[in-house]
Amino acid sequence: MERPLTSNIHPNRPALTLKEYEMTGGYAALRKVCSGMSPAAVQKLVADSNLKGRGGAGFNTGIKWSFVPMGDDAPHPKYLICNADEMEPGTFKDRLLLEGNPHQLLEGMILAAYAIQAEVSYVFLRWAYHKAAEVIRKSIQEAYDAGYLGKDILGSGFHLDMHLHTGVGRYMCGEETALLNALEGKRATPRAKPPFPQISGLFGKPTIVNNVETLCCISHIVNNGADWFKGLSYSEDSGTKLYGVSGKVKRPGTWELPMGITMRELIEEHAGGMKDGVELRGVLPGGASTDFLTTQHLDIKLDYKSVAAAGSRLGTGTMIVMDSSTCPVGFVHNLQHFFAQESCGFCTPCREGLPWVEKILWSLEKGEGKPEDLELLQMHTQLLGPGNTFCALAPGAMEPLQSALKYFHDDFEKHIQHKKCPYD
Amino acid sequence: MLTATEKKEIDHEISLVPFKKASVIEALKIVQQHRGWISDESVEAIAAYLEISPAEVDSVATFYNLIFRRPVGRHVILICDSISCYVMGYRPLRKALEEKLQLQMGETSADDRFTLLPNVCLGCCDRAPALMIDKDLYTDVEPAMLDDIFKKYT
Amino acid sequence: MPTIYIDNKPFDVKAGKNLLEACLSLGLDLPYFCWHPAMGSIGACRQCAIKVFKDEEDTRGRIMMSCMEGVKDGMRISVEDDAAKAFRAQVVEWLMTNHPHDCPVCDEGGSCHLQDITVMTGHNYRRYEFKKRTYPNQYLGPLINHEMNRCIQCYRCVRYYRDYAGGKDLNVFAAHNHVYFGREKDGVLQSPFSGNLVEVCPTGVFTDKTLKEHYTRKWDLTNAPTVCQHCSLGCNTISGERYGKLRNVVNRYNSEVNGYFLCDKGRFGYEFVNSENRITQPLIRNRTIEAAGHDAVMQHVRTLVSGHTLIGIGSPRASLESNFTLMELVGKENFYQGITDDLVYIEQKIVDILQSGTIHTPSLKEIEQADAVLVLGEDIWNTAPVMALAVRQSVMKTAATHSTEQVPLPAWHDNAVKELMQEDKGFLANITLLPSPFDEISTVTMNAAPDDIARLGFAIAHILNPSLPEVPNASEALINHATNISKALQQAKHPVIITGTSCWSNALIRAAFDIAAALDMNEKKAGLAFVMQESNSMGLAMMRASSFDRVVANVRNAANVTAIILENDLYRYIPAGEVDAFFSRCKNIIVLDTLHNRTTEKAHVLIPAATFAEGDGTFVNNEARAQRSSQVFMPANKEIKESFKWLSDIKSSMTITANGHDKHPDDLMLALESKLPQFAGVSRVAPPHDYRVHGARIPRESHRYSGRTAMLANMTVSEPQPLQDDDSSLSYTMEGYRGMPPSPLIPFFWAPGWNSCQSVNKYQQETGGSLKGGDPGVRLFEQTTAAPVFSKDIPDAYTPRPGKWMLLPQYHLFGSGELSVYTKGIASLSPEPYISLSKRDAEMSRLNNGDPVNVKTNGKTYAFPLSVNESLPDGIMLLPAGLTGLEAQDWGAWVNISTVIV
Ligand SMILES: Cc1cc2nc3c(=O)[nH]c(=O)nc-3n(C[C@H](O)[C@H](O)[C@H](O)COP(=O)(O)O)c2cc1C
Ligand code: SF4
Ligand code: FES
Repeated sequence: MERPLTSNIHPNRPALTLKEYEMTGGYAALRKVCSGMSPAAVQKLVADSNLKGRGGAGFNTGIKWSFVPMGDDAPHPKYLICNADEMEPGTFKDRLLLEGNPHQLLEGMILAAYAIQAEVSYVFLRWAYHKAAEVIRKSIQEAYDAGYLGKDILGSGFHLDMHLHTGVGRYMCGEETALLNALEGKRATPRAKPPFPQISGLFGKPTIVNNVETLCCISHIVNNGADWFKGLSYSEDSGTKLYGVSGKVKRPGTWELPMGITMRELIEEHAGGMKDGVELRGVLPGGASTDFLTTQHLDIKLDYKSVAAAGSRLGTGTMIVMDSSTCPVGFVHNLQHFFAQESCGFCTPCREGLPWVEKILWSLEKGEGKPEDLELLQMHTQLLGPGNTFCALAPGAMEPLQSALKYFHDDFEKHIQHKKCPYD
Repeated sequence: MLTATEKKEIDHEISLVPFKKASVIEALKIVQQHRGWISDESVEAIAAYLEISPAEVDSVATFYNLIFRRPVGRHVILICDSISCYVMGYRPLRKALEEKLQLQMGETSADDRFTLLPNVCLGCCDRAPALMIDKDLYTDVEPAMLDDIFKKYT
Repeated sequence: MPTIYIDNKPFDVKAGKNLLEACLSLGLDLPYFCWHPAMGSIGACRQCAIKVFKDEEDTRGRIMMSCMEGVKDGMRISVEDDAAKAFRAQVVEWLMTNHPHDCPVCDEGGSCHLQDITVMTGHNYRRYEFKKRTYPNQYLGPLINHEMNRCIQCYRCVRYYRDYAGGKDLNVFAAHNHVYFGREKDGVLQSPFSGNLVEVCPTGVFTDKTLKEHYTRKWDLTNAPTVCQHCSLGCNTISGERYGKLRNVVNRYNSEVNGYFLCDKGRFGYEFVNSENRITQPLIRNRTIEAAGHDAVMQHVRTLVSGHTLIGIGSPRASLESNFTLMELVGKENFYQGITDDLVYIEQKIVDILQSGTIHTPSLKEIEQADAVLVLGEDIWNTAPVMALAVRQSVMKTAATHSTEQVPLPAWHDNAVKELMQEDKGFLANITLLPSPFDEISTVTMNAAPDDIARLGFAIAHILNPSLPEVPNASEALINHATNISKALQQAKHPVIITGTSCWSNALIRAAFDIAAALDMNEKKAGLAFVMQESNSMGLAMMRASSFDRVVANVRNAANVTAIILENDLYRYIPAGEVDAFFSRCKNIIVLDTLHNRTTEKAHVLIPAATFAEGDGTFVNNEARAQRSSQVFMPANKEIKESFKWLSDIKSSMTITANGHDKHPDDLMLALESKLPQFAGVSRVAPPHDYRVHGARIPRESHRYSGRTAMLANMTVSEPQPLQDDDSSLSYTMEGYRGMPPSPLIPFFWAPGWNSCQSVNKYQQETGGSLKGGDPGVRLFEQTTAAPVFSKDIPDAYTPRPGKWMLLPQYHLFGSGELSVYTKGIASLSPEPYISLSKRDAEMSRLNNGDPVNVKTNGKTYAFPLSVNESLPDGIMLLPAGLTGLEAQDWGAWVNISTVIV
């Protein structure tokens, strides 16, 4: 089983230096591209590989790049941004890549920047990743010193600057357009789409925002080809995927596995199954803003299409397991507390609706709930849907709630009937 | 007034962006790094330096979680209150913290040693529950470990 | 024209609009909050949701925000769709979760957009049972009240204040459901356009503090369409009265003039009407009982008038009706303007230019649409604030257009356009004596003495048209500026040049004309806008009467002079010594005015004139647009009436042929047209007094006016006889025609379901467009094909003169106005008097900032603190013009002044 992204990462060893990275074949892809591949060819290769964005939405990366205006008339500078904000609760996969093998990311960014002919790139890193900040800062310097960044990279005539920006804490900064506002020194409220960042992004210029994991795949695709990348997978979504599991399992952690392994394999084999004394009740398969799956879904393939068919989203691929000792109402309340806090406050439904939902859940949890509360919750899951709010935060927040109301309805009812939380 | 060091660091950030005011978040971070928090005077100093209004600076400063617009203690304890930690024992940990420090969330100890704040996911959900003191991350934290941890911070 | 299907009915709509604008323009009631016609869409409030269907087959559709989708031909949408309606009702329920529900004590109650939309969406039952979030309020100064708990976070206030008006000290703070709109700390709002927050805010967060002091519900106001009295732009206003007091002034939409916005002087400067300092009674001086009744005073006046040489001095702030009646009374040759020769000369030049038809003078809307603006010498921030706001829009819109030519985006897509254009700005050259807040959006700024500004202008004209004379001894800096500016003007499709009279320099006017005319000859439509000093300066100048200096010369030899002075405090325009000298030659002085002032003190007979609120009048603004201001209320005190009525009374007491028609305003305008043909059109400014719709008048009171028996509930509950207004077709009742009045006669904006000022949407041909039936006002001059006459003499470069000072006025938006300072809040924001010198001059005189200096000019001594002005050219002494207690100076003249440190 190939693990291109993580085979050189050893969690207890320091990050690969530039030298070490080069010894594992690092920057060969960049050399290949610089010695005669056109930007269009790189775009096409990545599109053909069917690499789908690992930031959650799962859009074909090469196609996303193809919307960037190219040629001499294109506005300048263009920007390539690595989204390393990773603030979705339950998500910790990018951290592994950032801390373990920073040059893999840098090389991916340089290749991506080359493909869209960007002149400036940023790593937008969440504030809490202090260790990652350190290694990335050092690696950027190494890359400059080695001529992989800066002017006329490897004699190709291509220039690229790279900066590290660490955030100051807001989940919204992960949303790509809010991220742009944050980078411009503004409040991280999202922007309307269209116009998409590819057309009018950072400082009004064409911009691509890609997730860490997405970018880490690029050098491998360039080195080994689109078919190889497709072949890594067990399903029609290509490549490997970083899957993670947290919650009361025996061995929580992150693993790079073929796209499309089953949830059962992931939880029972890699994560070692549930801790003794608890049973699995539900799983958020792709971070806090995805719908619950339950034991009945254990055999579904963890790829974009199959998870969607089961009524949820692969999202970031990091599962949060809810066990039988955890109150679903309390669990969902915790999530809604997060979303209400992290709402940017720009649009009405999210700003006013989420705190209401949170308060209802809290009163249910305290045993003060009423039957009508469930209707109100249900109503919010419908009215805070996509398109009704300005961005995807509130619709994301409603996903675990709506599925909890479906799968754990009894638990909600019991809180109302017994006027207390049965798990206390 | 900004110090010479602060100005130098801000100047570097300004050199990276098309207009001065785009570096306001960096400027806030720099000043907070040096002073622990952002006072009204700091807001005004940054505004003057970037040639924007204090309101503009404060609008940005108050948006973000980790720009402190009130004084904090010498050490800031951020306890993760997000979902994986919640499942893995955030509640007992929080209770232990509050009892040991005799602080409620959001408070600073009388000796200015600690400020206790809840925080969203720290990105180490596989090692939950977690907390962070200054830049140090602690994972798989059990209430019993707290006393030892506190010893490192004076 | 695209066709869209709304609830399966086809409608033709205008391309380039969004669906919300399209629906509102069709007269549909679609609720909204964050969208504003002047500011476009941001999609924040989610109130304007509709259903959009893919095609005819699609029955489910998708909820979309109508303000965020452009119209597309063939598009199918539904406003009535159940899901869309339910969502809209839910948005209000969300907004109301934290709203204090304090309508009974809220100033906005009854004219509240939030109330309207709450009713419109049908939300009426509260399900939220938790505690509400609460906020502290802020002190925002003497004009605006802040009550943050009422906020519904539509973001309009910041978008207006910061993005539209360029204010710096109001913003949004914090995040999620704690977002807060206010200042970073308590303090006076710094923008002179802050008052518009009152109308921009859809609820009661920002309200009018002056109204609060004598509060009345909107529905209990008696309203009339009025014209702002505080500068020459003639912004359209609605003024409201109750119990004999003027209660508030709000914006009256006129797409050509002020659009949606006023300046704070215009909005809040109305309190002079209610002032204790009003003249309330005719007075005959030196009688044991000075107060006299109408008949007694008329009798007395007759003795002063007959057999005397009559002199009339008109007024730049009195209506055309009053000025014309005075001219008729004293005879054209005896009618003078109460302003200096210099100013008359400059104003005549302006009128000549306009009358010649060689150049187009733009409306404020056209200035907004200009793609390059040159301000030559006029401090428009202080002398024509709403014009400054219009120029700001031009600068922003030009940059936006430039960006969206590259990446096509509809202009209404506000944030997206701003994100695209970033810090780009359109071209503005602001060439003034002193720096102004305006400079930050200017591409070119230069501070210089008026003659040097004029020279820059001539240099630009020379570059544009090399056959015009070259500026002798031009400095390199001047040539550089001229080159840059002329290039930008040449590249523009609609350049506008702005100048005015506040520098007291006729060279400036000529230079500005030469530039505009040179541009026009290059086949582009250049505009030349002038700023005048008072609300009817243009009207008076167009009557082409002689200056004050001339009257002084003329009375020198005349005996038995009776001077009639119309609403004019001469001491504000003419140095005191000259006024005193003039008065000493007049045997009798009759003054008509509204407030006691230095001139009224000199009156032998003082006659109480009506203010704008108490009378009808026509005013000609800076673009020579004649506009009608209507009577808001009849003063209970019958002695107070329009000057033209008093003057007609005087006239009829002199002649036996008077037929009573003399004083009818309609007839006056007809007579004016026939006497002075340059005024052709003024009689069409508003429908005549006998205009009726289906036999009905237009009521000044809405039919929501509290019941008749409560009309005077402070005194009696018996129903008074409605007042009769024979001067206009507006009535003093709540009955009358309830439909849309002709635009010059709109006394208030109201439409079923729309009690707030947002109801203006219903009065427009399309949202943000002209009022139905056309915007009010008649432009008296239009461009013809006449060839321009360029100027030949170019002033020498300015050089300081040893031992002399050039005296120049500095205008202050708050403080320089004669009338607006009667509003306490405005007075408190006015500067204290000062004297400004350049840094070098101060050093040479060994003076420091703040030193008290004695200045002796025209035989008067003033003691003021020194304010050293680093940008002021050497040799100029600057005094704040028009501050209460500060007399007029020989502006623009070189004077000997002794400065002494006290
Ligand atoms: C509220 C919100 C938060 C998000 N946070 C992140 C994040 O932390 N990291 C990330 O890569 N994408 C995040 N996304 C998704 C990004 O908007 C964007 O789709 C992604 O960075 C694109 O990268 P990809 O094409 O490589 O997947 C977030 C989206 C939303 C709506
Ligand atoms: S859904 Fe609305 S309020 Fe929520 S984060 Fe997105 S824009 Fe902000
Ligand atoms: S008016 Fe359309 S979202 Fe606010």
